Amino acid sequence: MAKFNLKINGKTRQVDVDPSTPILWVLRDHLDLQGTKYGCGIALCGACTVHLDGMAVRACQLPVSAVKKQEITTIEGLSETGDHPVQQAWLEHDVAQCGYCQAGQIMSAVALLKNNPNPGDADIEAYMSGNICRCGTYARIKAAIKTAANK
Amino acid sequence: MKNTYSRRSFLKVSALSGGGMMLGFNWFAKDIKAANLAPGGLNVDPEWVQVNGYIKITADNRVTIMAPNPEFGQNVKTSLPMIVAEELDVDWKAVVVEQAPYNTSLYVRQFAGGSQSVRTTWKPLRAAGATARQMLREAAAQTWNVPVEEVSTKAGNLYHEKSGKSATYGDLAAKAATMPVPTDAPLKPVKDFKIVRSSQKNVDGVNIVTGKSLFGLDYRAPGMLIAMIQHPPAFGLKLKSLDAGRSRKMPGIKDVFTITVFPEGYERAAFDTRTFNELVVVVGNSTWEVMNARKKLNIEWEPITETKETVNAWGRKREELIPAGLESSEAHLNKMLEMAQKPATQLRKDGDPESAFQNAARIVERTYTAPFLAHNTMEPMNCFAHVTETEALFVTPLQAPEFAEKTLAKRLELPVEKIDIQMTRMGGGFGRRAYPHYMVEAALISRQVKAPVKLVYTREDDMTYGIYRPAYTATYRAALDAANNLTGFHVKGGGIPEHAVHANRFPAGAVDNYLAEGWEIPSNITIGAFRAPRSNFIAAAEQSFLDELAEVMGKDPIDFRLELLKRAKENPVGTANDYDADRYAGVLKLVKEKSNWGSPEKSGLHRGVAAYFCHNSYAAHVIDMTMKDGQPAVENVYSAVDCGIVINPDAAANMVEGAVIDGIGNALYGALTLKDGVPEQNNFNSYRIIRHNEIPRHIEVHFVENDIDPTGLGEPPFPPVFGALANALYRATGKRYYRQPFSKEL
Ligand code: FES
Ligand code: FES
Repeated sequence: MAKFNLKINGKTRQVDVDPSTPILWVLRDHLDLQGTKYGCGIALCGACTVHLDGMAVRACQLPVSAVKKQEITTIEGLSETGDHPVQQAWLEHDVAQCGYCQAGQIMSAVALLKNNPNPGDADIEAYMSGNICRCGTYARIKAAIKTAANK
Repeated sequence: MKNTYSRRSFLKVSALSGGGMMLGFNWFAKDIKAANLAPGGLNVDPEWVQVNGYIKITADNRVTIMAPNPEFGQNVKTSLPMIVAEELDVDWKAVVVEQAPYNTSLYVRQFAGGSQSVRTTWKPLRAAGATARQMLREAAAQTWNVPVEEVSTKAGNLYHEKSGKSATYGDLAAKAATMPVPTDAPLKPVKDFKIVRSSQKNVDGVNIVTGKSLFGLDYRAPGMLIAMIQHPPAFGLKLKSLDAGRSRKMPGIKDVFTITVFPEGYERAAFDTRTFNELVVVVGNSTWEVMNARKKLNIEWEPITETKETVNAWGRKREELIPAGLESSEAHLNKMLEMAQKPATQLRKDGDPESAFQNAARIVERTYTAPFLAHNTMEPMNCFAHVTETEALFVTPLQAPEFAEKTLAKRLELPVEKIDIQMTRMGGGFGRRAYPHYMVEAALISRQVKAPVKLVYTREDDMTYGIYRPAYTATYRAALDAANNLTGFHVKGGGIPEHAVHANRFPAGAVDNYLAEGWEIPSNITIGAFRAPRSNFIAAAEQSFLDELAEVMGKDPIDFRLELLKRAKENPVGTANDYDADRYAGVLKLVKEKSNWGSPEKSGLHRGVAAYFCHNSYAAHVIDMTMKDGQPAVENVYSAVDCGIVINPDAAANMVEGAVIDGIGNALYGALTLKDGVPEQNNFNSYRIIRHNEIPRHIEVHFVENDIDPTGLGEPPFPPVFGALANALYRATGKRYYRQPFSKEL
């Protein structure tokens, strides 16, 4: 066990955990932030996507000891009430079916748009391919990303 | 909770403290036949079970409608309350929707599966809304001293046009609660629907995009421990010995022990699928600690012996043989192809198929196969349980709480009153969450450690502890006479451990000489319902075969199907045909029109078509493929669906788009294969799931517009995708596809 001070969603939070613990489980088990989801644990589904200094990373493969001063943003930190343009676009297209993958999809989309404010189909497909949606809402996700890009 | 039905009228009304009304009603008539309403009116059948989902209207005109059914993405939490709101005549935007608890004394049929949620609730929900509206009108009529016929409603308000009087529902709700419950509340004519048939957003939309704790895996309780199971690495193995010494010493670990899901001789219910009966359990403080401790278990496994078990499926008992041995997919396939050549059990016979084939000028015969599929719900299996010797609480994602409750009561030896099941939103279901073994496991663990516990499956656990879609095969034969007429049709299907033949389904009824047969091979691989069970395979086989047959006969594949359907409509063979030939033809005609079928194909586009009927609804797809660098890619999909009245069109289109993508993904990549009993896929690196870059460029969903009561949507669009894809692939590559997953054959 070791103590870590983490900057999460604008606040400093302290946890006392094994240094190898992935950020995913730190968030979910120790900080009561359930928005970041578990889907595969091996960086293949994107359900656990969070931002590390604005970059999309898979929290299931990021040990807490590897995070130093970087700022972590989770879906809970994106906006309080869902008024981030990407969340708004998701609502506009009524994207979700079961909804389980969507926090990860949104976090990936936000990171994509940050680097590429006007992505084409191929850009979206390439960037988003790490995020699985078992319900098959991909077409709406793509449409929502385009809508968000225009906001 | 305890089922406390009494035979009273199905509606009950009470006043709310602080003014207002609460109308309880039975969302689900126990027997749907009892829910038949006279056209334009409501007949309350005295047999209807008592009450009590509810509509609440407060004095300040806030309207709450309960959503009773489990939600796994089929959007019933939105669509079912919309039906109530329509008849109640309120402003949908002002309605608050709440997820109802699981409670058999309040609700019946709280079940997600079989595309039944809307179909079975349609009439009771309309009746509930209409009755409340009628009582509000009566209250207004009395208050204003005017005839009730002169009181109209609009968006939560009551009006008397002649006198200019008006009031909100909230103003008169308390009085309405004192009115007798009418038995003849008028229903809205379908043409006047304003909410039903309009696209409304998911009531949980904001909760989803802001990452609220909605799912089972998100649930936490004070003092809760985390548990994981270790199951045998192969089907056909069981626990021999456990050395937990190293695991127990790991940090954060509370206990390591074994549980027996169902004891020896346990008579299972239909959904008590028993995959691995004895499991090793690790319990600790946090997920990561438990995961690590589990890796340090030292376990020896040994082969199972053959067993016979009794399954009691709603009173019908059957013996189930669970053979010993370590099974492999390759051997399965060989065995299936061997069995396909042998005689099988006759399921239906019309005319004289033997002679038709003997006298045929030409016989076309093709065999199709498909592997096991894993459900791979995005949220793996999990269950929170707090179980003592005297009571049990569960918070979990599940499709069938009624099945679960019975199983838990029996296995835990608790009265049902002592079992509380709270349903969370499900991160996918597809049939997998109808099997409550994970709840039994969580319960036994909680009891053992005397603490609240959340049982968590990793992705690997979820994929390798499967209730898989069975492995299937089907052989189709068609007899053609010298004049190229279809004179005989024969389907023989088999599978591990069950076949997928629906003997009374199209083209039964359309061919004079028809034979359907089935055979089965016992297996120790556990199987269960997977989105559109059986149909999801047999549609692929049948629709590929009909396409090939049309080609052999020199006919257009749509026209050929329409010809057969015309025959089935005008002069049907047999009486047990389970489809409506008109509605079936309807989706084919609609997809033909919308896809511009028959117009010269755009260069580089290769089209395939398929249609199917299942779960009371009809669907057809046309798929356009292109070849890119020698690889086929889906360009366009045109879908036509007849599911009767569509409650929420945009959400329904979402469901069809999802079915199309799910179908393409499973047809191309879906496969759970075994080698010596070991599943060869255990995560998304080895089990391929369709991704963003592989979906069609364009999906267009069309619904047949009619006023038929809703007939279900979650499953019907899924099965015909496989056939349409196989047929389009043929046009693109010049090769027929008989074996799923098709990507292996490309
Ligand atoms: S859980 Fe991290 S990518 Fe799947
Ligand atoms: S909405 Fe269900 S997994 Fe994406």
